[in-house]
Amino acid sequence: MKAIDWITQVLEMAAALAAAPVFLGWVNQCRAWLQNRRAPSLWLPYRNLHKLFHKEAVIAQNASPLFRIAPYVVFGAMVLAAGIIPSMGTRLPLVVSADAIALVGLFAAARVFMTLAAMDVGTAFGTLGARREMMVGFLAEPALLMVIFVASLISSSTALPVITEHLVSGHLGLSPSLAFSAVAFILVLLAENARIPVDNPATHLELTMIHEAMVLEYSARHLALMEWAAQLKLFNYVCIGFALFLPWGVATGHIGPEGLLVAIPALAVKLAAAGVALSLIETVSAKMRVMRIPEFLGTAFLFAVLGLLVHVLLRT
Amino acid sequence: MTTTFPSLLTGCVALLCGWVLVGLAGLLRPESVRFAGRTLFTLGAALGLGLAALAGASLLSGGIERLILPIGLPELPLHLRLDPLSSLFLFLLGASSFGISVFAGGYFREGEGTAPGLLCLQYHLFLASMGGVLLANDAYGFLVAWEVMALSSYFLVTTQHRLPEIRRAGFLYLLMAHVGALCLLLCFGVLQGGSWLFTFHAMRAAHLSPGWAAAAFLLALVGFGAKAGLVPLHVWLPDAHPAAPSPVSALMSGVMLKTAVYGMLRVGLDLLGRPVWWWGLAPLILGLFTIFYGVLFAAVQTDMKRLLAYSSVENIGIVFAGIGLTIVFAGSGMKAVAALALLATLYHCLNHAFMKSLLFLGTGSVLHATGERNLGRLGGLIHRMPWVAWLTLIGTLAIAGIPPLNGFVSEWLLLQSFLFAGRLPHAFVNLLIPMGMALLVLGAALAGYVMVKFYGIIFLGQPREASLARAHDCGWLERVGLLWLALGCLALGLFPLQVIRALGAVTAQLIGAVVPQASPHWWLLAPVPGRPVSYGPLVFLTATTAVVLLTVLVVRLTYRQRVRRGPAWDCGFGAVTARMQDTAEGFGQPIRHLFQPFFEIERQLPEPADREPRYRIAIRERIWRLLYEPISAAVDRLANTAARVQQGRISVYLLYSFATLLVLLAVALIS
Repeated sequence: MKAIDWITQVLEMAAALAAAPVFLGWVNQCRAWLQNRRAPSLWLPYRNLHKLFHKEAVIAQNASPLFRIAPYVVFGAMVLAAGIIPSMGTRLPLVVSADAIALVGLFAAARVFMTLAAMDVGTAFGTLGARREMMVGFLAEPALLMVIFVASLISSSTALPVITEHLVSGHLGLSPSLAFSAVAFILVLLAENARIPVDNPATHLELTMIHEAMVLEYSARHLALMEWAAQLKLFNYVCIGFALFLPWGVATGHIGPEGLLVAIPALAVKLAAAGVALSLIETVSAKMRVMRIPEFLGTAFLFAVLGLLVHVLLRT
Repeated sequence: MTTTFPSLLTGCVALLCGWVLVGLAGLLRPESVRFAGRTLFTLGAALGLGLAALAGASLLSGGIERLILPIGLPELPLHLRLDPLSSLFLFLLGASSFGISVFAGGYFREGEGTAPGLLCLQYHLFLASMGGVLLANDAYGFLVAWEVMALSSYFLVTTQHRLPEIRRAGFLYLLMAHVGALCLLLCFGVLQGGSWLFTFHAMRAAHLSPGWAAAAFLLALVGFGAKAGLVPLHVWLPDAHPAAPSPVSALMSGVMLKTAVYGMLRVGLDLLGRPVWWWGLAPLILGLFTIFYGVLFAAVQTDMKRLLAYSSVENIGIVFAGIGLTIVFAGSGMKAVAALALLATLYHCLNHAFMKSLLFLGTGSVLHATGERNLGRLGGLIHRMPWVAWLTLIGTLAIAGIPPLNGFVSEWLLLQSFLFAGRLPHAFVNLLIPMGMALLVLGAALAGYVMVKFYGIIFLGQPREASLARAHDCGWLERVGLLWLALGCLALGLFPLQVIRALGAVTAQLIGAVVPQASPHWWLLAPVPGRPVSYGPLVFLTATTAVVLLTVLVVRLTYRQRVRRGPAWDCGFGAVTARMQDTAEGFGQPIRHLFQPFFEIERQLPEPADREPRYRIAIRERIWRLLYEPISAAVDRLANTAARVQQGRISVYLLYSFATLLVLLAVALIS
């Protein structure tokens, strides 16, 4: 492992930390434009985080230590996840220790801690949010794994950078199995990040909320960490999508400063396009009833399994 | 490989005899909790630790030892053998029983059904008989130990025999155990292959026709499947586990189910010689179905021990799916992948022994502290019982498959063997593999759901009953037991490479191949050579901890705002009561709703005008109506028909004797 690899590693995590709030700001801005509203500033998520970090934290009387640990664990998991996803370069030293299955495990860890923290205070909303989050999770998580497995089978590895390098090497058009997976992935992305057809990030309406219900008891720095972690999660998911389906522009092989010169603008362009696409999806679709969510995710799971079956059928 | 000097084996036998003696010592002062409970159980725990050490040494040496003891049948002395497979399971028995026995030393109190001394005898006989099953090298010794195991655990299950539902659970357990034992008896009968020699050595040498070999395999699958809890033979498990005292549940779920897995591996991969690939389909398909079925029922349970019992069903499903996969691969001549699948299976057995024992013991402490098994009457115990709560959290995360704990490692290995199955020669199986993978990951994700429900409802939130305010943390012996098992979960999760190296002898014995280590680092698990696939739990843990600590540090240094405690916010609604939290039924509702066809639901909803609204729901398994009730009705009918012969008058019986004599005479005359 060379020093430059470690620099890339740290750079990726730092870039994710910095870019995740802007990306959310960008999605919100696009959405506002599409809906004929005046757009909020691109930097609003930053200001929000800044404000939250400076407030006095209020914690419920019966909150246990688990409640105070959880934001740090969730945030840490998301930062680490950003370090295993090849968003700019594929030479990441950490990836040797954590492949894509471990990445999904990391997301699961964050989810479990978040739901446990939501149940900790023992309010009606907290447990409701936890239950709904697990309902989303138990279908979204296997669907994501199946999506990754299709790419793993194509490139015979479960390490994301290896998959990306294999896909970017170009001796492969978009295979039909990956097309199925892409559809499944978009559905999972929407569900996992509490975006519109599944959850509405802008409302506190009890009938619909999932993510907001879970973080309801948090305030100040704890809330800031939870919010930042959610933004990082969205960023990470989008980057997983790039790594699997749009791997172009990522610096493969041994990269130096010149590799990053291509990779950073490429990532920025892809993120901008993804933000537009995401806001478009959110604008044209309507929020669905909570009990319809499993159908939505069931579809995603079936698409992912179909992708895998198509791969096996075409191979033999 | 083979050593003749039986040192380790003699040691193991001595320790098993030690367990029997400890048990018998309990009869000296059967009413004394202090003597029989504390002293003897701790002594038994020490013997367990010794057994683990001996078995571990044997596993690492990879040798085979044999011993013939001059007891048993006249023609068939007792054959014993210690090889890598039995060493592994003996290690599992010794290491997890150490934690369970220490815990049990602080657990049993006075006035709870069976006297402590008698309990001590049953418990240690149970332990020794499990050891006997693992060491036996002939069918007779195996079955005797198997029956002692079934009977001693039956008495342990019915400790609270004054309660009718516990007697019923015990009866069901005994019945299923004997259906299974009958199949095993027939299985061994087939396996001897006409030689009428019942040593395992002779069975390995016997040449069975393909049909008889398949019959033996299926009989073993039914026999061991009934003990392990493979659907549809699992029905005794959700009744027996809650009925037994918690250390016994831990022992049954953590260790006894594994003896069935041991038996399946012994017969399927050792005694039958090289397996045929399509035999593997039965355990694979049944195992995958069991995963899904077990976890669905776990999600809708309201009794914490029943929930764990169904979770055990799920984990047994994972193990049997692994066995099936191993056989499919081994039968198709793909030794490397077969070794990987077998490794994942064995690893999961070890993991489950630790994590499930830990969880069962945790529920035992909760049960003692609160007297409640019903999730709907618990809550908020993390404040009253921090030791139990935090140690149980480790088991909860482990069984939910969260890295870097141990549950993740075995699932990771199993997924790798599914992924790199390569191209099997059978098109149908090639399509089955992705479906199996889908079911496996779905089951793993649902297990996360179940575990969040289990932990969140028992330990988090507000106490649902006023009496919970009097709950107390467990005593120091119980803490030691829980701590040991939790440390086991951590060690198995963090040092997979060392575990795999130790398991190498077993895969070499059964498959003839070892899972290689494709990485030069001692902390990096890379089981598939030529493929860039690796996992390093230590680095994973270090990186996570480092990032989390860094965040804490930065936040602390930058923002020195204090923390204030206040009432819960809950969107500004006033008066938050404990009744407003999700109940266990409520938390499982999405699963119940989604997978309705699996459940037989009986529900009573209140009328709008009810003065005292009551909501009641009962969930049963459809399998009772579809399978077991018809069978029991048929047995009843048959028995009634046969009962007509029984007239109760002496003259009629004399007539029967006369008729029999006549028939026999006729037969003699004709032949």
